[in-house]
Amino acid sequence: MNLFTTVLLAETEHGESTYNPIIPANYDILWSTVIFVPLVLLFIFVILPKFQKVLDERADKIEGGIARAEEAQAQAAAALDEYTAQLTEARAEAARIREDARTEASQILADSRDKASTEADRIASTALQQIEAERQQAIVSLRADVGSLASELASRIVGESLADDARQQRIIDTFLDELEAQVAPAETKE
Amino acid sequence: MLERATGAMSALITADSDDSQGFFSWLFTSDGFHAPSITEFYPEALLWEGTIFEFNRITLVRIIAAVALVLIFWLVGSRAKLIPGRMQSALEMVMDFVRVGIVEDVLGKENAKKYAPFLTTLFLAIVFFNITGVIPFLNIAGTSLIGLPIIMAVWVFVMYLWSGIRKHGAGAYFKNSLFPPGIPWPIYLLLTPIEALQVFFLRPFTLALRLTANMMVGHMLLVLTFAATQFFFFEASGALKAAGTLSLVGGLLFTLFEIFVALLQAYVFVMLSTVYISLALEDEH
Repeated sequence: MNLFTTVLLAETEHGESTYNPIIPANYDILWSTVIFVPLVLLFIFVILPKFQKVLDERADKIEGGIARAEEAQAQAAAALDEYTAQLTEARAEAARIREDARTEASQILADSRDKASTEADRIASTALQQIEAERQQAIVSLRADVGSLASELASRIVGESLADDARQQRIIDTFLDELEAQVAPAETKE
Repeated sequence: MLERATGAMSALITADSDDSQGFFSWLFTSDGFHAPSITEFYPEALLWEGTIFEFNRITLVRIIAAVALVLIFWLVGSRAKLIPGRMQSALEMVMDFVRVGIVEDVLGKENAKKYAPFLTTLFLAIVFFNITGVIPFLNIAGTSLIGLPIIMAVWVFVMYLWSGIRKHGAGAYFKNSLFPPGIPWPIYLLLTPIEALQVFFLRPFTLALRLTANMMVGHMLLVLTFAATQFFFFEASGALKAAGTLSLVGGLLFTLFEIFVALLQAYVFVMLSTVYISLALEDEH
């Protein structure tokens, strides 16, 4: 800056000239604009983009490689996730099927048990009814037989001369034998 | 110096008809010590003198620098490959330096996308316009005349105002910039004029002035050392001739220093521009 003041002093020494280095001449401004403005525009819109294009390309080459690797890794991770999910789903499906089968089996078992017991009950009740009916029939027939037998025995006792005890005893024995003989076939029939 | 350069050019052109003796006798003589002056930056017009279209040596140097910049980047950019060659790597490194080292560092990755192209161009343009100061036959920085730095600074100025207005709306942005929140109101009497001066004048003005001043001073230093060397070697006698060695070494060192300053000033200009944009985008100061 010291030398700059000498420059300013130099101006005063050249008394005839009115040069002032701080005040630009009009032609200086004009030519500076004419030179500088196109220079800047040319650089910004034409020359620097040429370099930028190559720089971007290079960055893409480097970052693109990294990005592609990352993408592949992400894809692999996604596939793994998918497989895991599918596996879990399949396991759940299998468990559900097993559970269903188990439920169904116990259902079938219970059903058949019910059915069997019902059948057994039915058979038992039928048998009981039959027995009851036969018993009734036996009672009815016995009642009729006992009546006729009693009247027959009484007529025989009355019809025979009741001479002695021995005879009387024989008649009774014979009757009882006949009775037994009658009953026996009925029992085997049962 | 520039008269000499143009003289050298005309001498070169006429050299094939005359004998080359005339050119070398012109090159190796001195007619007194020429101190550098402000007129260095107001060379004779080459075309259309006195009009707004006045075209002089500095404008020509600027056009040469701009064409060189566009040609280099256009050619390399058109042949840009996925696997960069040496040249492409070098250019990508420079662009990366601005984008990562300055813009993303200050604005963050998201905003950087929007501003990096312009700021990268600004950096490259300033470097190329600065470096002409040490290139033989050009010998003057395109940025050593304030017109070009002013155009650059105005662009940055419009850009940060526009960024702030678009992000916050005009009202909120100016309120935030001129009346920073969280300050007792009487302070505004003092602070608001200062802030207004900052935002609307000092930032762009200092951007342009810093760059121009540095380049002017650099040019003066180089002219001083090389003019002194010429004088010492070809006009001074005896022990003074030896002093020419000193001034020549000084000239070489200043040339290296000027290369450094050319890069540094480009960095400073772009860094400050980015910071101004960042201030405009900030929610609260």
